[in-house]
Amino acid sequence: MPTDMPNDNPRPDSSPDMDETVSDSAPEPVSANGQADPDDAAAAPPKADPSVRPKIEIQDLNFWYTDTHALKGITMNVKPHQVTALIGPSGCGKSTLLRCLNRMNELIDGTTLEGDIHVDGQDIYAPDTDPVMVRRRIGMVFQKPNPFPKTIYKNVAWGAQINGYTGDMDDLVERSLRQAALWDEVKDQLHSSALNLSGGQQQRLCIARTLAVQPDVVLMDEPASALDPIATSKIEETITELKSDYTIVIVTHNMQQASRISDETAFLYMGRLVEMNPTEKLFTRPEKDRTEAYVTGRFG
Amino acid sequence: MSTESPPTSTAPESAAAEDRAAARPADDLTQQVYDSPKELAIKYALGACALVSVFTTLGIAAVLVIESIPFFQEVALTEFFGSAEWTPQFSEKHFGIWALLSGTILVTVISAVVALPIGLASAIYISEYAADWVRRVLKPGLELLAGVPTVVYGYFALTFVTPLLQTFVPGLGVYNALSAGIVVGIMIVPMVASLSEDALQAVPDSLSGAAYALGATKFETVLRVNVPAAFSGIMASFILAVSRAIGETMIVTLAAGASPKMTLDPTQSIQTMTAFIVQVSKGDTPQGTIVYQSIFAVGLVLFLITLAMNIFATRITQRYQEKY
Repeated sequence: MPTDMPNDNPRPDSSPDMDETVSDSAPEPVSANGQADPDDAAAAPPKADPSVRPKIEIQDLNFWYTDTHALKGITMNVKPHQVTALIGPSGCGKSTLLRCLNRMNELIDGTTLEGDIHVDGQDIYAPDTDPVMVRRRIGMVFQKPNPFPKTIYKNVAWGAQINGYTGDMDDLVERSLRQAALWDEVKDQLHSSALNLSGGQQQRLCIARTLAVQPDVVLMDEPASALDPIATSKIEETITELKSDYTIVIVTHNMQQASRISDETAFLYMGRLVEMNPTEKLFTRPEKDRTEAYVTGRFG
Repeated sequence: MSTESPPTSTAPESAAAEDRAAARPADDLTQQVYDSPKELAIKYALGACALVSVFTTLGIAAVLVIESIPFFQEVALTEFFGSAEWTPQFSEKHFGIWALLSGTILVTVISAVVALPIGLASAIYISEYAADWVRRVLKPGLELLAGVPTVVYGYFALTFVTPLLQTFVPGLGVYNALSAGIVVGIMIVPMVASLSEDALQAVPDSLSGAAYALGATKFETVLRVNVPAAFSGIMASFILAVSRAIGETMIVTLAAGASPKMTLDPTQSIQTMTAFIVQVSKGDTPQGTIVYQSIFAVGLVLFLITLAMNIFATRITQRYQEKY
């Protein structure tokens, strides 16, 4: 486990070197604009249009599990309608960071958070912000498929129901399952148990369930790590298709996966953000030696 | 294989291999260890222990049936299930089981109304809401309550709960079904709470995590994810507790009275099946009389009720269980 050892890296804080044009120029409240999508330009423009307001702004975020300082001064921005990958060795804090974005970490006893996270300019940790409302806007898919032990239909409808969805539920279920590329496989067995599905199908069901709540942001915590290669490639296709409608942040330990599906990649090491850059740049021309060492497989 | 020379002699370069060979007895693969006498003895001894309870149950059932036969030769089934009076000690004897059965049902229903909601609510609180230290205090506390002897509950009902109830239930007698039922309920709360809490704890955290991530509140998560997932365990706790209530003897003997009557009025003095058995067993009823034989018939009914409840519970559990 990476303890808080003196880092051989001279930087006291990561923020100075991951300067993105966006992170410096964005804060002025440009109204959330829809035409943000750099769209299918898989190799996204290295420097994004500064007028695009970041979807998520993380400012000097520190996080502790009781005594363990898990995140140290993270400052980064996530652009709308992109896939942002968080990579790094085990214990580097990537999952912790992800779970800070929808306030899941506070369900764990003894955690402390400092710093700010804004989503669409709203402080999600403000005293009058309700974590339940935050999670309705920012959905999450977990590492291990965790469908409810209910029918496929009820799994998808559940979140929408408790959130007071009043539209046509059948329609919503079908739409969500289609978006998660699962509809054709399950349309004839909607009322059988979700646990009869294969692991990959279960995971896509969990994605559908998340989409049915109609969030803006979807967080994914190593969503394919428990799946076989075929199921993984289906999940990856799904993620790529979801980009046009959602902002996606994905944690992955699989660097090939990060390079295949993400537009931007953030590399974390021992609780610090080492480098964040467009994915292609980070993997081919990393700015930091440690990033290069990691992406070329010399450690991690 | 056993005829070949030990493999170590052909590979002498490895000291580790030599050690391994030394630590291992002869390479006799035909030596019978799996089915050795010792293994078999253990297997049969364990099996015998497991069978004790099965044979005990069968034995009890057999005794009840055999001993009830003389009774049912004297008392017709139409009388037994048709009459509403139970007057074995009177000169004009009536053996209508409903008079005792209604007493049992009354007490059981009252206790269930008290215990199931309170027990489940406690379980949910302890499992999902309570801080760690509260849980550490509450759970042993509850289990302590389960250890109180029922005779203590009995005079608690008679000397504390009944007088308390009398202050706002006018006309409540010293002996009544209400007080006994409430106290039986208090007695079984720990059972419901403790077993339901175990069932709730066993639900994987990943399920509640999923619910929270979908924007569910704590209560929505508990009520619509955790409780359904723990349903079979909760149901089992209900059935066990209600079975305890049906069979509970001391509290109802002390606090519910000894007047069998078919009524659903909880303020009345009643007699349960168990209390009747106590009354006959501890009294001077001569063996061989019809009154003496009647306790086996009552016992048989009691046994059949609990059996039916267990079967019913199994069905319900299988039908509604959410496997995870």
